[in-house]
Amino acid sequence: MIYLDNNATTPADPRVVDTMIPFFYENPGNAASRNHPYGWVAEEAVDYAREQIANLIHVDPKEIIFTSGATEADNLAIKGVFEMYSRKGNHIITCTTEHKAVLDACKKVEKMGGEVTYLDVKGDGLIDLDELKAAITDKTVLVSIMYANNETGLIQPMKEIGEICEEKGVLFMSDATQAVGKIDVNPKELGIHLMAFTSHKMYGPKGVGALFVNRKNPRVKVTAQMDGGGHERGMRSGTLNVPGIVGFGKAAEIAMKEMKQDAERLSKLRDKLEQTLLANLEECEVNGNPAHRMPHVSNISFKHVEGEGLMMTFNQNIALSSGSACTSASLEPSYVLVAMGVGDELAHSSLRFSLGRFTKEEDIDYAIEAVTKGVNHMRDLSPIWEMYKEGVDLSSVEWSEH
Amino acid sequence: MAYSEKLLDHFKNPRNVGTLDKGSKTVGTGLVGAPECGDVMRLQIEVDEASGKITDAKFKTFGCGSAIASSSLATEWLKGKSVDEALSIDNMEIVEELALPPVKIHCSVLAEDAIKSAIADYRKKNGEAVEAAASSEKA
Ligand SMILES: Cc1ncc(COP(=O)(O)O)c(C=O)c1O
Ligand code: FES
Repeated sequence: MIYLDNNATTPADPRVVDTMIPFFYENPGNAASRNHPYGWVAEEAVDYAREQIANLIHVDPKEIIFTSGATEADNLAIKGVFEMYSRKGNHIITCTTEHKAVLDACKKVEKMGGEVTYLDVKGDGLIDLDELKAAITDKTVLVSIMYANNETGLIQPMKEIGEICEEKGVLFMSDATQAVGKIDVNPKELGIHLMAFTSHKMYGPKGVGALFVNRKNPRVKVTAQMDGGGHERGMRSGTLNVPGIVGFGKAAEIAMKEMKQDAERLSKLRDKLEQTLLANLEECEVNGNPAHRMPHVSNISFKHVEGEGLMMTFNQNIALSSGSACTSASLEPSYVLVAMGVGDELAHSSLRFSLGRFTKEEDIDYAIEAVTKGVNHMRDLSPIWEMYKEGVDLSSVEWSEH
Repeated sequence: MAYSEKLLDHFKNPRNVGTLDKGSKTVGTGLVGAPECGDVMRLQIEVDEASGKITDAKFKTFGCGSAIASSSLATEWLKGKSVDEALSIDNMEIVEELALPPVKIHCSVLAEDAIKSAIADYRKKNGEAVEAAASSEKA
């Protein structure tokens, strides 16, 4: 089985798992137990992991709040800022291609009386900086723009957004789930005040993540969304997932050492995959601006072929994702691609390839062959491919939508 | 989601893929769905005028695996049936035969729609032809 779905989750690195095991057996303590050695060992291990993670993103360990993942970190940042800064204003700005964790947290904010502006993206998938500037008002408390998109790998102009937020005096939050551990991410340099990320996208275990919260210039505070024992300096109660955090820390340490070489290797493989597929098959399009992309991601539309069906031609051997997802009433095209103006049909025809640390060149060679075969097979079956080949103008056909 | 052997077989070795002459009077063509919805099914039947039986059926489908398997199965079932018998094919029979999970039931509905639409096209072509002949006789 070839795994090209590393944006969904990465397999844990065995070196990570090895560091976690003792925290289930020899050291099962609660990091909040202050009065016996089990607790001390656990607390020390958590502190060490906090340092490893802080080092990876060049921040102070005190600025790391552990959560159950990026979803929780996104929620804590958005709702937490909204509540904490309600005196200053009630307006949040985000964009339409964000992860559901951000979009749905924003929807909740709207229900709580907040106002949210959802910026459109341009055809290349990036936001328009002038639109962002124009959207900021004296009621704006937060701008939340993701670092890298999970479906396309597109990297938003973080530095420019940071500068705009600085100039206007609003907080800047970023969901950096898909970037941290893959490329060098430096929130302080970019003017990011809050940043969500997760362990299971960087070869660590699932169920643990973090929110970076800037402590100085400005000192940022968020209202806790989970009430209880006051862990994580009151910002997130709940017994810490010690083995998970230890694994997250190790994953961060490994990423720091290896991400540069991983990225170089993977971008070559990604480019090979992309260029060969585009050479093998006519009528394919890469989605998003290739100059602003994560090194290991490629999102391609294969015209007149439906993605779910296409995946089924090889899904016993290759795992990846499509921009077409089955719901109970129909197939839903990816909202991220649709927001980029890709069009519903091409969104349905897309596949996302996301490579990872354990991807080998022969995996890519195999994928190229299987996808080429699959697309050809599906096109032989496709009535719209036949019409296209006969020169029928597909937009002139009266389709019976259902 | 694990698919049934039958579904996978129809998906990997689809039966009756192809195109009949949609201009022919004995051919009925149904084209249902829309590219924006992620599924387009074209199903065609050829009817023997003397016996009223479907002698050939072909399909092409843009869609998910279940939609492709549903239309492949439908063409198999159509062959040899009279037009009236074909009209009674119910999507739930397809669901059972291919063991479609609940989220894939609409794929079978699409196949049933395609059958109905192909038959309607055939009837329209021939019904209109019969009427035209009748009115010209009167005149
Ligand atoms: C951009 C982005 N944000 C948030 C999440 C959610 O992360 P988690 O699974 O850790 O809650 C994901 C992963 O699915 C993601 O890709
Ligand atoms: S058409 Fe098959 S998933 Fe909906």
